[in-house]
Amino acid sequence: MFRIKNKFNAERDISGCGLCGIINAKKVKTNGGDIKRAISVEHDRGNGLGGGFAVYGNYPDYAELYAFHIMYDNLPAKADVEEYLKNNFIIEKEEPIPTFRTSKIYDHPYLHRYFIKPKSDRPDKLFHELGDDDFVVNSVMLINQNYDGAYVFSSGKNMGAFKGVGYPEDIADFYKLEEIEGYMWTAHNRFPTNTPGWWGGAHPFTLLDWSIVHNGEISSYGINKRYLEMYKYNLALRTDTEVITYILDLLIRKHKLPVRLALTVLASPFYQKIDKMDDDKKELFTALRQIYGSALLNGPFAIVFGYSNGMVAMNDRIKLRPLVAAAMGDFTYVASEEAAIRAVCPSPDIVWSPKAGEPVIVEFEEKNIPQKGGLISL
Amino acid sequence: MTKSSFSNIQSEYLALIDHNKCVRCKRCIQNCGWGTYSFGGDKILADHSKCVACGRCYTYCPEGAISIVKNPTVLRENANWKEGLIKNIWRQSETGGIVISGMGTTFKYKKYFDHILLDACQVTNPSIDPLREPMELRTYLGKKPSKLDIDFDETGEPILKSKMPPQIELQTPFVFGAMSYGSISLNAQKAMALAARALGIVMNTGEGGLHDDLVPFGKNIIVQVASGRFGVHRDYLNSGVAVEIKIGQGAKPGIGGHLPGEKIGADISRTRMIPVGTDAISPAPHHDIYSIEDLRQLIYAVKEATDYEKPVSVKVAAVHNIAAIVSGIVRAGADIVYIDGYTGGTGAAPNIIKDHVGIPIELALAQVDERLREEGIRNEASIIAAGSIRSSADAVKAIALGADAVAIGTAALVVMGCHVCGKCNTGNCSWGITTQRPELVRRLDPEVYGERLYNLISAWSHEIQEVLGAMGVNSIESLRGSKERLRGVELTDAELNALGIKHAGL
Repeated sequence: MFRIKNKFNAERDISGCGLCGIINAKKVKTNGGDIKRAISVEHDRGNGLGGGFAVYGNYPDYAELYAFHIMYDNLPAKADVEEYLKNNFIIEKEEPIPTFRTSKIYDHPYLHRYFIKPKSDRPDKLFHELGDDDFVVNSVMLINQNYDGAYVFSSGKNMGAFKGVGYPEDIADFYKLEEIEGYMWTAHNRFPTNTPGWWGGAHPFTLLDWSIVHNGEISSYGINKRYLEMYKYNLALRTDTEVITYILDLLIRKHKLPVRLALTVLASPFYQKIDKMDDDKKELFTALRQIYGSALLNGPFAIVFGYSNGMVAMNDRIKLRPLVAAAMGDFTYVASEEAAIRAVCPSPDIVWSPKAGEPVIVEFEEKNIPQKGGLISL
Repeated sequence: MTKSSFSNIQSEYLALIDHNKCVRCKRCIQNCGWGTYSFGGDKILADHSKCVACGRCYTYCPEGAISIVKNPTVLRENANWKEGLIKNIWRQSETGGIVISGMGTTFKYKKYFDHILLDACQVTNPSIDPLREPMELRTYLGKKPSKLDIDFDETGEPILKSKMPPQIELQTPFVFGAMSYGSISLNAQKAMALAARALGIVMNTGEGGLHDDLVPFGKNIIVQVASGRFGVHRDYLNSGVAVEIKIGQGAKPGIGGHLPGEKIGADISRTRMIPVGTDAISPAPHHDIYSIEDLRQLIYAVKEATDYEKPVSVKVAAVHNIAAIVSGIVRAGADIVYIDGYTGGTGAAPNIIKDHVGIPIELALAQVDERLREEGIRNEASIIAAGSIRSSADAVKAIALGADAVAIGTAALVVMGCHVCGKCNTGNCSWGITTQRPELVRRLDPEVYGERLYNLISAWSHEIQEVLGAMGVNSIESLRGSKERLRGVELTDAELNALGIKHAGL
């Protein structure tokens, strides 16, 4: 029996995982075959209880609209949510998400997608002077919290998440990803230990254009959650991934920090390093830690997150989970295991192991990979 | 009325001397601040009624000839009419006075710290070895902006746009609690100052002014302004790293203080800026604070006097409505709020207050932290928790319940030899701690006990690092307020709810 919401008697989901990411800096598109092949090499990093993908650039015809992917337990839930969407959004197009029933994935929720934009005249939107993005975030949280049997698992523009319970290669077949094209892909293979059969719990976790795949357990989850709650985030899913997404949303979208600085919050340098910086930098990083100490992600993690400008992969501050990166021409690959990269790119230009807490940032239209530390040339 | 010649109150302890071992060196006579011992020509005599079991005599008896035992003579046992109650009635019927004592309450209330268990990592996330990896305890106390305000320099690198509000930097999340010169001896204060400097933490002057000898320790001192305003002047306010406005104390919420005139010698007189021999009376309220808006005025008066360069702390006792009170204090502009639980210590307080007023720090802390978060102002002030932090475990739990740092008072005195006899109010402390008698003060060597304080806080810091490592985090800020890492045992739903933690097993 599948579930789309976390009703397990657990404060939060705990899982180990495998992950992959592929990005083309010039926005050359590839279909889902590569990422499927890569992540399938990491088969043993999951246990068949969660797999998923995020793809960017897959809805060029609706690039200006928010693409909502929603999973439903039952049809009445669908009717309720659609009522809400009709009242608050202009729905340009809606359809079932194309799926292919396989022998591996045979029990699944109703999966539907909507291409929509917020109506400009909604009283609560006007009242709170919400921009479209804020309104969409509020709507996503509202549906996920208040509508039983419905869960929005993707809400960005020209991107989409495809996920469910199963091994990622089977999920890829289920969603027919080989027929989908995009210029950036991330994938995840999940090994949950306390929340079996939870469709909503699979990665990636997304909010607007953010998508996160994540391997790790955030040991500081408790305080990260309480910190976010102070800023009115509703942590309904009770997963680490959700926490990371919201922290990035807070830092980058709301507090307007540059991506690199926001990442420094997640895996901040140690004071012993900060103390040796020159004065301006020392002041900045000390302030960063003083202000955002509660947002520090402590504990093992490797994450890959995608956003409209590119992709970031990074480790926790002492690198307790594996992460390898490689580059070949305009393509950059990241994965938990080098083998996954070599499955789709047998001889990359360079392969390296990113240092603890130092992000690999790849933005579109730019070839360079800023982080060069720890290069292993092959 | 004729004073009756006998007292119902029998000696609580017996000072027994093994005359076979005793070599009549008379060290016990010298060491006892209470006058228990005298020399009877051929042997040491003990007046049991004067013994408070402070432990000084047997610690310093070279022959191990002394033992202090509880007086075996019983009062008829009665669970309702307990010994203490009966004795207090006798005491008060003989004197007509309020029963006063030092230290915290001796009542056996539930200690919530002892019903809270900590989490550790197993398999799904790795624990971290503090002997191999950095394990950060550094803590900053003071107001934090809610977001980082940045600009970019000519090369496009981010730089800080506005300066951070002033912060106290602590190398480990401990501070020494406020204990004034007067309530304790100058040597006791010096021991804390030496330790604070070596540890990179701070001590607190309490309401006794700042003695000249402590001025060089300014970087490790919080100066206090309390209702008596003793020793407060412009240079005093600027001589430490922060200023604390004391509203209340856990051991005696709502009560002022009274340092009797006989303790006001020349040195204390100069430090407190009052005449020799006058009683130093701290009124119950500040006479310029009759409401929260008055507190705001004082906070800003202090900030003006210190050029907005020092964080201002406000110390309050944990009372029933503490969450709302602290919220008000934070909104009044305090950068740090020091919350003192009902088991906190004191130099002297009426037992009726000490034993019956206030609430446990654990519950107060949990509620305050929750309230400030609900209101979105937790970043506006740091919280120091106090009220008998007895071990590093208490400290860890307090921090997980929401404190930024904890204050150590009684524990610091215990380091100096204190046996928690609770007679601080008498000024006879044999250990030279809560006394001004020169012959007693002299025996407390600040360097020796400064080092022992250093040892204690270092040891506790190492223990916190072990706990952090076991929890799989390598920075104290990942523990702060992380109630998810706590579980309760033997607690009711109401208690768990007030603490904001789950029962073990859930």
